[in-house]
Amino acid sequence: MNVGQLFKDFFAKNGIGLGTFLLVAVLFWVVILIVLPQLSMLDFSFRHHLPPPEMGGPKDTYTIEHYKYLVLGAPGADTSYNVVDLGVFGRTLLAALFVTILDLLLCYPLAYYLGQSRGGGAIRILVLLLIIPYWINEILRAFAFRIIFGESGLINEMMLAMGLISNPVDFIRANVALYAGLGYAYILLMIFPIYNVIESLDRNQIEAARDMGAPWWRIHWRIVIPYAKPGISSGCTMVFMLSAGALAAPQILGGPSSLWFTQIIYQWFNTGGNWPRGAAFAIVLLVTCIIIVLSMMRLFKVKIGDIGK
Amino acid sequence: MTKGVDVDLENVWIRFGDFVAVREANVNIKGGEFFSFLGPSGCGKTTILRSVSGFLEPSEGNVRIGGRDMAGIGPNKRPTALIFQNLALFPLMKIWENITFSMEVKGASKAERRKRADELLDMIALPDQGEKLPSELSGGQKQRVAIARALCAEPDVLLLDEPLSALDLKLRQHMRTELREIQQRVGITFIYITHDQGEALTMSDNVAVMRAGIIDQIGSGHTVYNDPATPFVASFVGENNVFRGKVKSIDGDMALVSTNRTGELLARIATTVQGSLKVGDPAMMFVRPEALNIAPDISSAPNRFAAMVKHEEFEGQIYNVFLEGSEGKEIKMSLVNIGKERQSAEGMNLTLEYVPEQAIVLPAGELASE
Repeated sequence: MNVGQLFKDFFAKNGIGLGTFLLVAVLFWVVILIVLPQLSMLDFSFRHHLPPPEMGGPKDTYTIEHYKYLVLGAPGADTSYNVVDLGVFGRTLLAALFVTILDLLLCYPLAYYLGQSRGGGAIRILVLLLIIPYWINEILRAFAFRIIFGESGLINEMMLAMGLISNPVDFIRANVALYAGLGYAYILLMIFPIYNVIESLDRNQIEAARDMGAPWWRIHWRIVIPYAKPGISSGCTMVFMLSAGALAAPQILGGPSSLWFTQIIYQWFNTGGNWPRGAAFAIVLLVTCIIIVLSMMRLFKVKIGDIGK
Repeated sequence: MTKGVDVDLENVWIRFGDFVAVREANVNIKGGEFFSFLGPSGCGKTTILRSVSGFLEPSEGNVRIGGRDMAGIGPNKRPTALIFQNLALFPLMKIWENITFSMEVKGASKAERRKRADELLDMIALPDQGEKLPSELSGGQKQRVAIARALCAEPDVLLLDEPLSALDLKLRQHMRTELREIQQRVGITFIYITHDQGEALTMSDNVAVMRAGIIDQIGSGHTVYNDPATPFVASFVGENNVFRGKVKSIDGDMALVSTNRTGELLARIATTVQGSLKVGDPAMMFVRPEALNIAPDISSAPNRFAAMVKHEEFEGQIYNVFLEGSEGKEIKMSLVNIGKERQSAEGMNLTLEYVPEQAIVLPAGELASE
């Protein structure tokens, strides 16, 4: 089918008015809001950091100095690599991976339970309980976690009262608060894709496996998880991307010694005033995340089309 | 293959809250028998099957397989294999993996499993299909794979929950024969659930006819068809013309019923109620469409009544003739197509007759609703 025919069918199906609206809305969304800003960031990342009057002047040429800076550090530094920034970069990715795995371990059983128990009032209440906390804005949630995990916070006070510990634990410094906050922030994004897939799993398949003698772990390993794979990878992709790109939670809940890579980007854009460098760092983060996600999908044999299901 | 073992239900009650799904079921299924539970949807037949497979425990009573009480033994520990209504093949596993899943559970090596899968694929006449996915097979092929998968576990008892209901008519009839053949070859006990009396009668050694949680009758296909124990069985298994009335007189195993609309008719008293049925009891007289015939003359007799032809349906091997008796009584008659000219035509007044021994009298009771 050629493109002209495709357009003709599209308009025949939706009518001229709705068809035009859909087409314009989608094009606006994709081109104006996604592609163009990213392209301009890409363009920025290859430019010199110049004061505004010199922009567009003879000095405004393309360069890879900001990418070089991320890898090698400032010219003439003590180390041959930019240990600080690369370290933060690596730690951020590892931490995002950790948050993703944590969420998966938490959410898979929950999603399985929700998906396999058909409807019922208790289920609706449970889903509501999961959704309501998201009415509260991100900053408030983060500060609430700070209070809970603080040195004189709820958890420390309780553990002290129960005699489990003799001195308060610094959850903030140990990044426990950060992981908990990030994990909590993206729980729904993990639960719902998995829940959606598992809900459509024929319960007879589970019973058939049980009838053939399979213990519960083999039923999950051979029947449920392969079936839920598109949902699992869709949830993991979202949680990983968003954790790695989170800013508010690390800012508020992160320990003093642990910087999130997004915070460095933010500093370059904001306090540093060096937009090209910030753009370069952000692009590196984006591309690396995409490569990680794609290679994970390849490893677990998930097709990109399955994620949309 | 293992020889089939007995399955016994002793005074089994199954309740869901206040709802009684199965009421006092007592069934003895002999080893190696093809046994069917036949009944309309919601009669509790699937519930009984689930109590045998172990997915639910009876509220009261015992389920015994091979003499062993199954209380507290889960479905993965029972010597049964279940074939689901929708087959429940694993969509992401290849056919050979599907078939040998029960061996995988037991830790059999891949080579062993492949070998066994090939044997079973040969048995179900699907050689070289092992590498395909279930979605690549036709309905009848999937059916056979489900059977092979269940047999691979070498169960003592195979449980089948309406597995043919999704197939088209021709394939269904073919699979009936095939299932029966497989059952006779492997010699294990088959328990078959169906609402289709044709399936139950063609395949089974014995049939239990169920109504609203109650087993009305257990017997061979012949018995439940020719000598039903209740009006429900008489009207659910096959088709029947029902005449309501009262018993007027009894002579041996024959009774004269004075019917509400069709005069006095003679019929045989059903075996189970011989001796208990009394003169004056409200009764139902049943005569099957194929037992009715056109009488050679119009003289009256207690096995004859008059009716007018309303319309006819031609089904190939039979004509179904729908008639109206006195006071608007609807009657159906089936005439075998023997290639002769049609003997009836719309609006024609006929005298119908039947062999009194082929008609059945039962105490009045609940009929199967259509």
